[in-house]
Amino acid sequence: MYDVLIVGAGPAGLSAARVLKRAGVERIAVLERTREPGGLPRYCGHPGFGMLDFGRLWKGPRYARALTEAAGVPILTDTTVTGIEPGGVAHVSTERGLETWCARAILLATGTRETPRGPRLVSGTRPWGVTTTGAFQEMVMKGIRPFQNPVIIGSELVSFSALMTARHGQVNPVAMIEENAHITAQRPADVLAAMVYGTPILLSTRLVSILGGERVEGVEIEQDGEQRTLACDGVVFTGKFVPDAILARTSGLSLDRGTRGPAIDSTFRTQDLQVFAAGNVLRAVEHSGQAALEGRAAARMILRALEGKLPDLGSAVPVACGKGVASVWPQRLYAAPRGRIVLHARMEMLQRGVLRLSDEHGRTVARRRVSVLPERRVELAVSAAMLVGVSTLRLDVEK
Amino acid sequence: MTETMADDSLYDIAIIGGGVVGCAIFRACVLAGARTVLLEKGGDLLEGASKANSAILHTGFDATPDTLEAACVRRGYALYREICADMNLSVVKTGAMVVAWTDEDLAQFPKIIEKAARNGVTVRLLDAREAREREPALAHDVRGAVLVEGEHLIDPWSAPLAYARQALLNGGTLLRRALVEGGMRQDGVWHLDIAGKPVVQARTVINCAGNYGDLVEAIARPSPFQITPRKGQFVVFDKTAHDLFRTIILPVPTALTKGVVVTRTVFGNVLVGPTAEPQQAREFPTVDHDNLEALRKAAFRIIPALREHDVTTTYAGLRPATQFSDYQIEALKTEGWITVGGIRSTGLTGALGIAEHVVTLYRDNFADPAPLKDVALPQMPNLVEERPRPWMQPERGPIACHCERVTEKEIEIALKDEVLPAGTLGGLRRRTRCMMGRCQGFYCTRRVMELAEAHLPGLVTPIGEDQRGDGRDV
Repeated sequence: MYDVLIVGAGPAGLSAARVLKRAGVERIAVLERTREPGGLPRYCGHPGFGMLDFGRLWKGPRYARALTEAAGVPILTDTTVTGIEPGGVAHVSTERGLETWCARAILLATGTRETPRGPRLVSGTRPWGVTTTGAFQEMVMKGIRPFQNPVIIGSELVSFSALMTARHGQVNPVAMIEENAHITAQRPADVLAAMVYGTPILLSTRLVSILGGERVEGVEIEQDGEQRTLACDGVVFTGKFVPDAILARTSGLSLDRGTRGPAIDSTFRTQDLQVFAAGNVLRAVEHSGQAALEGRAAARMILRALEGKLPDLGSAVPVACGKGVASVWPQRLYAAPRGRIVLHARMEMLQRGVLRLSDEHGRTVARRRVSVLPERRVELAVSAAMLVGVSTLRLDVEK
Repeated sequence: MTETMADDSLYDIAIIGGGVVGCAIFRACVLAGARTVLLEKGGDLLEGASKANSAILHTGFDATPDTLEAACVRRGYALYREICADMNLSVVKTGAMVVAWTDEDLAQFPKIIEKAARNGVTVRLLDAREAREREPALAHDVRGAVLVEGEHLIDPWSAPLAYARQALLNGGTLLRRALVEGGMRQDGVWHLDIAGKPVVQARTVINCAGNYGDLVEAIARPSPFQITPRKGQFVVFDKTAHDLFRTIILPVPTALTKGVVVTRTVFGNVLVGPTAEPQQAREFPTVDHDNLEALRKAAFRIIPALREHDVTTTYAGLRPATQFSDYQIEALKTEGWITVGGIRSTGLTGALGIAEHVVTLYRDNFADPAPLKDVALPQMPNLVEERPRPWMQPERGPIACHCERVTEKEIEIALKDEVLPAGTLGGLRRRTRCMMGRCQGFYCTRRVMELAEAHLPGLVTPIGEDQRGDGRDV
């Protein structure tokens, strides 16, 4: 019997472990299905990690080590949770075979992954050399490369991470391709880096199809209505992250349509009162530091849950996505005499106007001005006292 | 005998083409007592038409009656069910429903039922209510269905690999990367020229070259058939969709609509397809966005709840269609040649029946060896979701592919196997399911590459030590 089982030893899970351990919770285990803890930052061999939670600027692997050391609890690697049942029951596959473990609380911190070629329904042949940033970075970190001159599809933060990895891996991308007229990543420094590396960024350019027999030989692209062939020996599909929420889904925890992660309340609880979720499994995708901070916040809620101090699940006020809002989390909030809840949301398209949270009578509960691209997250502070007596909430963007 | 270099020895039979049909014939010839070599141009078996199909064991209820295809499918169906358990191959009974959505569809039912009767297959008519009761996930405007209880799902790769493996365990020879470039017959012996390899000599040649069947046939005679590969694209849905339905959902074949099949796979996914697009190119079929999107929408039309499920992957296969609708199987007695061509789309089911038929042709026309005694049986690893998999066992070792839960041991066994090791990355994937899951290699590519590097050279190249990202601080 455990107090807390944490599924996933990435930034969110390890950060949660640290808080729980420091608070004196004794029986904690972090279950990690791969062979080493640290999560995705392990494979990002470039700086940009640790700022929010350690106040340092580290490379990914150093950050992963720091998270692991700071956790200070047993991390069981090669251990896969295959299902969760009500009552704090986890089905676990270990070296010893299939086992059933119990815990007072379970935290899902299973993270996120990129969308590979398949679900994008990309045209062309299916040669070797088509991969995602994650797989590419992991290979480079281990000293191997699957290609030398790939195209990079996408211009998210991770796309530039792929570009930096390419440099370490003696890989020279021929181009970065972005469908939109603007770059998705928020930091101009990355664009600068791309320019320094000499990789052309082709905006308003669509990948039409992948060419090649056994291996990638090129891609057809379309820019300004004109199609042309770009010779390359690999394709890196970057970003379009999705929550890796399969454990939640197959365990019967409903996923939110907007976030595609498990729906949670403002205490990080899923619809199962013993199961919590934090980090990028909630929605894709935030920087590792944000996931880590959420892990800590979720751990503080778990501490309160262990003391029996969380409100009844039934008393939560649900928040629905209204006009112009693609996703919102947490999806259920609790009224309280004081305190503040931060709502996170993403928009459906470029939005300029007022983001307004209203109750079932149309009364404004919280509002703020927004001017934001769909890829960006918006925060909205909500006073918990404003929720007293409210039965449903709706978030809209208004002109 | 395992895979060896060709020697100067004379084979009774050389089979050209290691697809599902070639593998089944390989097995049948070896078990019949013939000294047999299988020649495959690809780096592994099943690299051509047999790479991509809908993985169904057909009853043949809708075959054209009194054709060779109908006979071979019927026999292949029976033989597979007879031998599968002995080789640890699976067969998952799901049944199939030919589903009607319109009056036109319903009007076809009498013909379908009559045809099934002529093929000796029992079917049952379901009204709209019964159809919905059997598969509640079907769209509610379903009008009725013809239920074919006997349709099954099988593992489309483990089965032919088992056939080839049994042939190898019992003395057959396999040459991979053995492209037959030509041949001549002298004193009753074929001398086959193999690109970059010694000549292979055999008394009888069996042409099972699939999409290259007419080109290979030209070695013996002007080919009486021309192959026009017919492309079929497929969309694979995530395993989360697996429990939506069980029965294979077949379209009513009409002149107007092509219709698509929606089926589970034994691996736990849902498969939608195929399209049917004639083309000239004989390999590397393409998928295209618009057709894939159309397949996806067609699937939603049939099982609306599929909308809630993600696509895992897409693929395309090429079926060796000819100008004839029936199989082109023939023994050329004076040429020492057996033609096995135009096995369009029923090859997976028909293979064992075709093989039996071919051995009969061989015995009738060429030689009548004594069948093998004390036949060795291969035991295939189980990849089927409904039965226990290695990751569930104690001392499983690390899991390499988490989506499909493939252990490192499974991958190593497939790579280091002494009888029939994976010869390509595709071959490794077909043997283990690694990289075939919802992340499509996001999590496992690196580990699979590390394990495969020594066995399948050329997939990755090393990066110089000095350039390695080592994670040191800035």
